[in-house]
Amino acid sequence: MKLVRPLTEPSIAVSCRGITRDFGDGETRIRVLHGIDLDIPLGEISLLVGPSGCGKTTLISIVCGLLEPTDGDITLFGESHETLRGTRLVQFRGKNIGFVFQQYNLLPALTAAENAALPLIIAGMPRRRAVAKARDILETVGLGNRVDSKPSQLSGGQQQRVAIARALVHEPRLLVCDEPTAALDAQSGQTVMELLRRVAVHPDRAVLVVTHDNRVFEYGDRIVSMTDGRIEKIETRTQRMAAMSAPTAEPLTVNRVFGSANHVA
Amino acid sequence: MNWVAWKMLTGDRTKYLGIVFGVAFGSVLIAHQTSIFVSLMRRTVSQIMDVADADVWVMNENVQSVDELRPMPDTEVSVVRGVPGVAWAVGMYKGMVTARQPNGLHRQLILMGLDDNTLVGAPREMLSGSLADLRQPDAVIIDKAGYSYLFPGQPFRLGCTLEMNDRRAVIVGMCQASPPFQTFPVLFTRYTVARQYAPPGRNFLSFVLVKMKPGTDPAQLCQQIGQRTGRLALTTRQFAWMTVMYYIKSTGIPINFGITIALGFIVGTAIAGQTFYLFTIENLKQFGNLKAMGVTNRRIIQMILLQAIVVGGLGYGIGIGLSAVFFELTKDVTHLAGFQIPWQVALLTAVAVSVIVMLASILSIRRVLVLEPAVVFR
Repeated sequence: MKLVRPLTEPSIAVSCRGITRDFGDGETRIRVLHGIDLDIPLGEISLLVGPSGCGKTTLISIVCGLLEPTDGDITLFGESHETLRGTRLVQFRGKNIGFVFQQYNLLPALTAAENAALPLIIAGMPRRRAVAKARDILETVGLGNRVDSKPSQLSGGQQQRVAIARALVHEPRLLVCDEPTAALDAQSGQTVMELLRRVAVHPDRAVLVVTHDNRVFEYGDRIVSMTDGRIEKIETRTQRMAAMSAPTAEPLTVNRVFGSANHVA
Repeated sequence: MNWVAWKMLTGDRTKYLGIVFGVAFGSVLIAHQTSIFVSLMRRTVSQIMDVADADVWVMNENVQSVDELRPMPDTEVSVVRGVPGVAWAVGMYKGMVTARQPNGLHRQLILMGLDDNTLVGAPREMLSGSLADLRQPDAVIIDKAGYSYLFPGQPFRLGCTLEMNDRRAVIVGMCQASPPFQTFPVLFTRYTVARQYAPPGRNFLSFVLVKMKPGTDPAQLCQQIGQRTGRLALTTRQFAWMTVMYYIKSTGIPINFGITIALGFIVGTAIAGQTFYLFTIENLKQFGNLKAMGVTNRRIIQMILLQAIVVGGLGYGIGIGLSAVFFELTKDVTHLAGFQIPWQVALLTAVAVSVIVMLASILSIRRVLVLEPAVVFR
């Protein structure tokens, strides 16, 4: 894959500084994100994890420019969101970001190849060429024999693979996956994550996966844990491996496992 | 992206056909009911519009419509002839008479008395017999629909007789006349003969038909005739509109039809508009998805408008086609003869359908435009 990268800071794809986000007005106003500082590096899979309602989806919506932050600044590949507004932001997003959604979000009227070709068609590539390129990438994700199938004719895992093909076909520099395994069984979830690691990881691309499926933690190079709208902890794979192999110095408590203060009897 | 819009629209065949037929049904309701109303109103002026030669109609000043006449003295013809700008002027009788059929039954009919010398106002299309035969004693020409009312199931035969005002009338020809508002037979005869068939009265002349000299201003001529005679002089168009307005004001037809048309419009709007609106709303998440993937609001609007144009165009085509088929199939039915879709109604329906679909589009576009693309993560 050929990617052009005019970056001011080569190793960081996304930089968030002091991101806050409020919903509602007056008495019903609620703060969902509290001054998030976060860097998403290139060439890695970053997992954004945390319980439901902790603000993961809000954060990625803001990172992708789908939602405006109440305060703070985001820089994507050296371009501040402040300078990207309206149509420019939409076009920037179309060119640089690929999406994989929990519910796949494939257009039911289009075949797998046509669905996968959408980002290219949106970018203005002639349909035939776009579909031909999409067929190639569907081959890569192991769906070479299902290119003409409609989403309704595909299993959940296959639909997610089409969604991955669609997210990668235009060679984006940021791939955002929202709970990509949540609607899949364990086996399909493993397949999808292995596929992501195989085809999505690239030195010039950042992969951000939102999940609370701990079965996929092993695929992350970096795990960003969120709680109540704040970043609780950022752990690299090495740190995680080291922590897991370290001898337990203190007695095993439920707190360490489930976040409660009670000791296990 | 037009291709994607087309695929989104036609992807689900059942839904697609449902939307198109929703709009088609709306079009049928609007076009059909409006056409019947317009055709019915046209029937009220058929005796006026059938007289092609006259430019101006002179009548009693109290006349309100072609069916509410007050006769004038025959001398009015000569007075009108003396007005500058009049090329020629002839008298005409129009009235309702009761005819006794050979079987003894009685039936009301419209009697048209034409100028003896010129036969101005005679039917334009003869189906049997000849106009010249009107010069025979007691000769009358009957319209085709009228013959079927008076002699139901009988093949046309020249020489059939009727009795009006105790006088014999011999049918010497059959013509094609525009059907009148009520289903009365129309009989044509000479003015002097008509006098004998009509109920007795002091005056008899219904109209003076006037042909203008070339270059004369019709409005000015009407004004001059009015000043000279004290009568009401109207152009053919003015007289026709006066009659139509009379029927609209003094009968329940426009209210009833107005309600039907309004209902047709409302039901049509509801079906066509709501179906299309719901279609777009159902696709809201897909549009949100496209927005997230980099499709601009402008492109989204183009996509929805394209879908609206396709749905509106097809629905209108099918709807107007079905209405046309109805009128084509019923054109030979005596009671329904002359009912058709005027081009103005076809145009009005097209405008109405466009408005309906555009309104539905605007409403749904609004929903799509305010849609936060972040909806894709929900």
